Amino acid sequence: MTPATRLDLDPDQAPEPATGSWLERRLPVGRALRREYRDYPLPRNLNALWFFGAFAVVTLAAMIVTGICLALHYTPTEAGAFDSVEAIIRRVPSGWILRSVHMAGASCFFAVLYVHIFRGLYYGSYKAPREVLWLSGFVALLMVMATAFFGYVLPWGQMSYWGAVVVGNAVAAIPLIGHPLAGMLLGGDAPGAATPMRFFVLHMLCGGLICAVLFIHIAALHVTGSNNPAGIEPRSPADTLPMHPFYTTKDGVGLCLFLAVLLGLAFLAPALLTEADNYLPANPLLTPPDITPEWYFTPFYALLRSVPSRLGGLLLAGAALAVVAAVPWLDRAPTRSARFRPLARPAWFAMAASFLLLGLAGSHEATGFWLWLGRLAGLYWFLHFLVLLPLIARIERPLPLPTSLA
Amino acid sequence: MPASAASSNLSNDGDPMSGDTTCETCVKRRDLLSTGVGAMALAGAAAAAVPVIDSLAPNPDDVAVTTLDIDLHDLAPGTQRVVAWAGKPILVVHRTPQQLAILQSPALFDRLRDPQSKVLQQGAYAANWHRSIDPAFLVVVGICTHLGCVPRFDPQTDGNGWLCPCHNSHFDLSGRVLKGSPAPYNLPVPPYAVVKPGTLRLGENPAGSSFSLADIVQI
Ligand code: HEM
Ligand code: FES
Repeated sequence: MTPATRLDLDPDQAPEPATGSWLERRLPVGRALRREYRDYPLPRNLNALWFFGAFAVVTLAAMIVTGICLALHYTPTEAGAFDSVEAIIRRVPSGWILRSVHMAGASCFFAVLYVHIFRGLYYGSYKAPREVLWLSGFVALLMVMATAFFGYVLPWGQMSYWGAVVVGNAVAAIPLIGHPLAGMLLGGDAPGAATPMRFFVLHMLCGGLICAVLFIHIAALHVTGSNNPAGIEPRSPADTLPMHPFYTTKDGVGLCLFLAVLLGLAFLAPALLTEADNYLPANPLLTPPDITPEWYFTPFYALLRSVPSRLGGLLLAGAALAVVAAVPWLDRAPTRSARFRPLARPAWFAMAASFLLLGLAGSHEATGFWLWLGRLAGLYWFLHFLVLLPLIARIERPLPLPTSLA
Repeated sequence: MPASAASSNLSNDGDPMSGDTTCETCVKRRDLLSTGVGAMALAGAAAAAVPVIDSLAPNPDDVAVTTLDIDLHDLAPGTQRVVAWAGKPILVVHRTPQQLAILQSPALFDRLRDPQSKVLQQGAYAANWHRSIDPAFLVVVGICTHLGCVPRFDPQTDGNGWLCPCHNSHFDLSGRVLKGSPAPYNLPVPPYAVVKPGTLRLGENPAGSSFSLADIVQI
């Protein structure tokens, strides 16, 4: 039995006869907005973990507004990039606020997305009929990662420069196309005169593409409707609440808390999220003593270094992401929410812990204990997705599901 | 379920959008709440807009005005030199005694819009018939007060000094606009001082006076 979805309840969404104002009859935007963002039915039992999609949207909006203002003062040249960022911090009116918010926003974006994804993994939000929704989110994550990397290089400090060197070499390790690809990316054999302009263009391009992917993500979401902590589809109107005023208010409260964290980081602890070395201008003759990536890349960085092969490490890091994209097909259990899955629930906690441990390993030097911790955590990550999830789906006996959300 | 407790005073009939219109105070209290929340949200958005709009103003370094020294020794009488200062063309002219004589003639005054330089297009030290500190040397901003083209140096025996190529505004050798020109004002005189004989410094005023580009009525 496949549960009823919004699609099934309303199979041919035939346009209603055009009514309303002159504009409304020709372009029924108001009606569409009312249907999709005011009356839109949401399960009545959503918890605070469902805030995080809205947080991501707000973060994206803040990144775009602050990013446009920063771009107006940024110079995408090898000679001018570093000084222009210094000028933004010290000379441009309010430039320091915009840059702090843009940088804290990047970190918060990842924190929010990781919670958003692990929420989906816990409550089985990726399962039928939400596979396309899941994949669109996954593409958004890749775009956010690319945008963050390109942006990180723009200030042309020591960490920027050596980050570009390392990623350029990683790209060059791809068989056959690697070398020409790295050359096209950097505009030379190593980061140099052409690089800031290329990365500036790519940074803005990817930022724009996130918006496009987000549009698809939300469109797909509104086709299937939201999943919920119980993991069963709403059966009757009593199981749902209209988005407005219920979830707009609830999300609004969450948003206030989120903005307090974001602005708190930007204003009170900006140094927490930056590397002092990046306030030294790029020096191609001197690598900083320890280059660690931003915290949000550390789990993948740990995998990159866990095997003594350049290509192997790259493949592992890519595969760690790929298994997340493939999870709708790896976990075939019909029960969605881990609440009713006695084996999948502890497995989720162990998997989340392995991700955190990977991050920890990736932010330390790759020797002895940390190297082996990274290897074990990485091994468990793949074990979870490739072995445990398919296995649990076969042997697990789920708890009885509730019959309604009310 | 947590939601039921919260929604009980709004509605019990499974249709929360209908509200509870029989409860007058509930509706009023909710109106107050939503107006208050809306007002706070608006105030927050306005506060967030401040740094955004603030940053769109020019970087002070880009518009900072510096000083520039001009050596007059090799500027031959009757010729003009063009220098760039504060992003603007500055015209420096060495006037001959004959030219200075014409500039004081009543016949020329009749043809000028503002012969006494009453409009604040210059500092007090240049509000005279020669519009300069030393009568021999004139310094003006070469931006036509009509629509901003750079007038062409074209000295004539009747006192005419510049012709604007865009819409034919005429200026005399003191940069004063001739009647019949589309330009309304005399050419502006930038702030400058004589630091030593034969050397001018743009961007600085003679001791005791203050004047800046921002004070000019139209530039
Ligand atoms: C730019 C990044 C993203 C934005 C702005 C975004 C935004 C949203 C929003 C607003 C919602 C509805 C509210 C909610 O359920 O939290 C949502 C739902 C969802 N998103 Fe995302 N998302 C992003 C990335 C991702 C990623 C990376 C994934 C997973 C790979 C993902 C998977 C999902 C799923 C499965 C749902 C439905 C969840 C449910 O109803 O249980 N999203 N997203
Ligand atoms: S701009 Fe000089 S006459 Fe119009």
